[in-house]
Parts: sequence; C-alpha cells; structure tokens
Amino acid sequence: MIRIENVSKSFYKRDTAVDAVQNMNLTIERREIVAVIGPSGCGKSTLLNMIAGLYAPTRGRVVYKDAPVSGINTDVGYMTQKDSLLPWRSVRDNVAFPLELAGVAKAERSDRADQVIQHVGLRGFEERYPNELSGGMRKRACLGRMMLYGAETALLDEPFAALDAQLKLAMHDLMLRLASENDQTVVLVTHDLMEAVTLADRVLVCTRRPATIALEQRIDLERPRDVLNVRFSSAFKEHYDTLWERLRVEYSEDRV
Amino acid sequence: MQPDINADRATAVNVDAPLSSIPQAAPLKSGGRVPMALWQAALGIAVLLVWQGASGRLVDNFFISNPLDVGARLYRWTMDGTIFQHIGATLYATGMGFVIGSVGGAVLGIWLGVSPFASRLLNPYLNALNALPKVALAPLFVLWFGLGIESKIALAAVLVLFLVFLNTFAGVREVDQDLIDGARLMRATRAQVIIKVIIPSAMSWVFAGLKIAMPYALIGAVLGEMIAANRGLGYLVQFSGSQFDTAGVFAVLFVIALLAVGLNHLVDMVQSRTERWRIVSR
Repeated sequence: MIRIENVSKSFYKRDTAVDAVQNMNLTIERREIVAVIGPSGCGKSTLLNMIAGLYAPTRGRVVYKDAPVSGINTDVGYMTQKDSLLPWRSVRDNVAFPLELAGVAKAERSDRADQVIQHVGLRGFEERYPNELSGGMRKRACLGRMMLYGAETALLDEPFAALDAQLKLAMHDLMLRLASENDQTVVLVTHDLMEAVTLADRVLVCTRRPATIALEQRIDLERPRDVLNVRFSSAFKEHYDTLWERLRVEYSEDRV
Repeated sequence: MQPDINADRATAVNVDAPLSSIPQAAPLKSGGRVPMALWQAALGIAVLLVWQGASGRLVDNFFISNPLDVGARLYRWTMDGTIFQHIGATLYATGMGFVIGSVGGAVLGIWLGVSPFASRLLNPYLNALNALPKVALAPLFVLWFGLGIESKIALAAVLVLFLVFLNTFAGVREVDQDLIDGARLMRATRAQVIIKVIIPSAMSWVFAGLKIAMPYALIGAVLGEMIAANRGLGYLVQFSGSQFDTAGVFAVLFVIALLAVGLNHLVDMVQSRTERWRIVSR
C-alpha cells in the first residue's frame, strides 16, 4: 500500500549536502505494523515526513495507494516526535481538533474526545492546557488526537519514548487494539528494540546516516499479542537477538 | 524573508520592555514591614513638597508653577466640568484611532504574513512609509479631514497601524511550522489553518503590538489637537502654554498621564482575559 521506490533525500545547508536517506526501497502492506529502528539522527523521521508528504524525496518516489505522494497526504495521521498540541487549547479541544476541522457539532466532538481522553488515561485533565501537562501526558494527548482523527495509516515517531514503563505497556496494548479495531496500517519509528519486536509484524533496522535498510526481520509472533508476556517467549528472544546483533554494528560504528 | 520588517519589529518590541519589566509593588505581607505602596506614596509626597518649596524661592513660579496652584486648577476645571469635555474629545479620538489602526494593522499583518508574494511586493514601500515620521502627515490629514476630530483620529490611527502591523506580521511569521503541518495533515483548509492556528498563535504578538501602540494613539490624538483644534487636552495644553499659564500646562499633563496609565491598564486586562493559557504557565 505504501511503496518507497529508490528514495533518497538530501538536505542542503548552504553548499554542503547532508544525505539523510539513500536508495531506500520498501513496501508496506495494508494493515501491517512496521517498526523502523536505528541510531538516532539516522533519517528515520525523514522517512515518515516523506510518507506524510511534508518533504519531497530528492530522488525516487513515494507511492501511497498507487498514487505518488505529492503534497500533504491527508490519509495519514502523523504523531511527530515533538508534540504538536496547540498551546492555547485545552486537552479536550486539542483532542477534538480533527473533528472540529471536519465540522462535527460541538456536543458530539466533546463527547467523543472525552471517551478517547479516558482511553489514554488523561481523565480529569480535560480542561488543562498543554503547558500544565508533563511530557508523557502531552504525548498521550497527541495519541488521543490521532485516534480520533481515525486515519487509515498511522505514522508514529517515537510515540512512547517519554512514558514510564507501566504506562508504556498500557499504551502498547491500546495501540495494538486500536490499530486492529480500525484496520490501521502503522509505521512506527522507535529506538527501543523491545518495543519494536513487541508491536511489529516486521522490523527494519536502519543504518547510520544516510539511512538504508540493513536488515528486515519478519516477526511471526501470533496476534493478538500479550504485550506484557510476549517478551518471555523463546521466539521473541530469537528475533530480539538477531536484530540486536545487526543493530549493535550500527551503534559500535557510531561510537568510533 | 523580510529581514527589514522583522528588524523594525524587534526594536518596536524593545521599546516596551524596560517599562513593563519594572517590578510591581510587592503585596503587603503580614508582619511589621512597610508595604511598597506606602513608600511609593511617600516619594510622591516628598517630590510635591520639594516642588512647592522650590517654587518662588529657587525657581520662578512662572516657570514651574506649584502643586497647590495646579491642584486648584484641576479642582476648578473639574467643578465647572470644562475638563471633561476636553478629556472626552481626546479619549474619543484616541479610542477611535486605536480601534481603526489596530484592526487595519492586524488585518494587514495577517494578510501579508500569509501571502509571501504580497509581502515581498510591498516590502520596500512599507519600509519607506514606516521610516517616515508619521506626525509629519498631520498637515495632510488636516487638509483631507478638516479641523474636526476626524483629522486627530486619522493621525492616531496611522501611528497605531504601523506598530500593530509590524508586530502582527512578525507574529504570523513566527508561527510554528509543525503546528501548521499538523493541522494540514488533519485536512484543515487554508482558511481553517489561518483562523484556528495562525491567528491564535500570533495573538500574543498582536497584543504586544497593541500594548506598544496604545500610548501612541494618545500621542497622535494630543498632537493632532495641538496643531489645530478647539477642543481636547492637546488643545488645552497648547492654549495654556500660549497664555503663559504654567499651572494649566501642568494640570493638563497630569490628566494626560492619568489617561495613559488607565489605557495601558485596560490593554493588560483584556490580554490577561484572552490569554489564560499563557498565564497558567507562570
């Protein structure tokens, strides 16, 4: 459904080019959950930005549902690394923002927003403003907003990085449930290998910048997954070890 | 894209900084400490006493008058009601000029802010107009709008317009691109992006502009009245001066200062009501 065809992306700083992504080829199926993992600053976010249509590739093309992406791709919900809540809106109004844009009546969108807010564990914070929340709470509000938008594809850029361990598990569970309920395709960028293996159907290991795909590993653990216990199975350990072997190369090169 | 305009905005904002950064009087704490308000009152009384003492002894009463005469003048003007007619005229010109200038400046700022073509097209002309001392337009406004209150409104409005425009424009340019992209990904139309993201985001800049512009509205109105009028505080201060009536001049200055403080307070109040989200963060 999403095809990345020979995509390269360079950024220009004055006259020097910085290559963020180089010759990447990737096909993501409908309803697939793909995790992209790699050293920080390797161009993972750039990949998401290109799928969302915020950046155009320097070479190659991104095809979304058989049409090349040119300009903003409104079929995706994008949760950026930096939370992009509107600071002058309360949590409820932020979460309800996509419904407001779609012209849903006020009473209905407040109702639906409150349901989602409960889902992400922000009950009691509906009237608060983003700057009154912790980083993790803001992330959850973003997640809630994306759920309410109900996009066909979710692009998640390190969505759970700021959360504590317990909450992370709850959010993993929620994400998997919602993705399957809404038949969503998910592209998840993370630097947490445990998280990647727990959630994904397929894990891609990126090299250091410029990013290419170093290893592709299909995770054939059964679904629905028990996000707490899946990590104790031997199959999980095998996947984890294989991926870690490859990932370690990238990190050790990084250190030299 | 617009370094010139932005540079001007920066200086405009800085003008206000020292004033607004003066710490407010500390609230009265329980205990024996003398509250700041008392100290402030004491300073005021001391200055008045020195003034009264110096007048006629160190400096000729003709030049600096004295607080008792000024007070008596204020009392007389208040009792016979003449001062209110002048205050009314000045306030009206200030208010109208402020509203017209603010709306015009904000609309222009938003429009140019979201339209790169128009802003680049108009950039040199706006810079030239902005560099022009606006008070030099006063004779033109008298020709166009006559000796009545309209020419004062026009002068106040044009002073306000540029200040509000520059701040609004800078504010629109400062809007976080991620917020705009986020809204567009959620299928926001261009109009929705402007109304729901750009304008609210630029609001604090607009208010900064309004706060700076408020005293200028008063300046415009008073100046217009000094040039040609038969009413208003500007007229009154000009008239008193030409009659060598120092007490009258001081009395009017006192009233103008009171007005200016009151108007600034009004803008602060409006801002704190509309920007609750910003206040809770402090």
